Amino acid sequence: MIIGNTKPLEQILSMVEPFDRIVVAGCYGCVTVCRVGGDKEVQVLASALRLARAAAGRPLDVREVTLERQCDPEYVETMRPYVGDYQGVLSLACGAGVQFLAERLTASPILPAIDTTFIGVTERQGEWAERCQACGDCVLHTTGGICPVTRCSKSIFHGPCGGSMSGHCEIAKEVPCGWQLIIDRLRALGRMDQYEKLRPLKNWRSSRDGGPRRIIREDLTQ
Amino acid sequence: MILKAFENGADGVMVVGCLEGDCHYLVGNIRARRRVERVARILAQTGIGAQRVRMVNLSAGEGAKFVSHAAEFDDHIRELGPSPINVVRSKAAAVPAAAQAERPGGPGGPGGPGGPGALRTEAAREQR
Repeated sequence: MIIGNTKPLEQILSMVEPFDRIVVAGCYGCVTVCRVGGDKEVQVLASALRLARAAAGRPLDVREVTLERQCDPEYVETMRPYVGDYQGVLSLACGAGVQFLAERLTASPILPAIDTTFIGVTERQGEWAERCQACGDCVLHTTGGICPVTRCSKSIFHGPCGGSMSGHCEIAKEVPCGWQLIIDRLRALGRMDQYEKLRPLKNWRSSRDGGPRRIIREDLTQ
Repeated sequence: MILKAFENGADGVMVVGCLEGDCHYLVGNIRARRRVERVARILAQTGIGAQRVRMVNLSAGEGAKFVSHAAEFDDHIRELGPSPINVVRSKAAAVPAAAQAERPGGPGGPGGPGGPGALRTEAAREQR
């Protein structure tokens, strides 16, 4: 899922400073699961904004709403009937959701309340870690299900670098060496032949090269 | 819920959980404490003041202790005075009231919830 982090309240307050009536919009997708943008977080942020503004003597009228997803048009459209009654929308969705609101609700300023951080997993309650950089050319079948692009701090593709020490990355002791993880896993699976295979250079054209990416599925388009 | 209490004019909120290690919901009171700490951070950031929320742990049989905690918290909040929101609201309410008072026969004086000195201490039992 997409993982995010709530922006500092001070920053959010300065974003909404010009406004007296706003919508605070959450999303029931990824940001609900990583606890930054669901119903509860909408309520907490809306309360915090109202408190801060009331204490400053400039009350803020906040409408609280949580969409099924902010990255699908049918749910964004549910905001259209009332969004014009407000001066802006503070979105707790990921960057995709914020941009999609901005694209469709063109008359309203759309403000991000969270910093979208990475694609990751819940390692334990309250702890999330990155697992994928969406490079567009997955090689996990050859690396024991561990991504060298994400888990190796240098995104190296052909084994550990000289900075790997006792299974740790040279950037920080608490970061495991991605390639050590890959090799340990391939050994455990009895698939070290995958590591020994020479592989062609990775095709990075599916990654950040060539501008914004797009997928068109002819079997689904109407 | 705690933030709502402040929005609705509470000057302070005391959250009472059961004794640590003795919660029917196992870690419910530990989680509650962390959430109260989060609320305190939000109150600090919003200018309301972190010291207006407090969590204490008591068993259901400690009535006398509850009373002493509540009384002590009440003193603490009275010392802090009304929450900044109530100060702003009472000032805003005082302006039209004063204008009305100037009119012959008009009712005068502030009042109603949120006025200066209005103290609401809300003790919420987080877990039984």
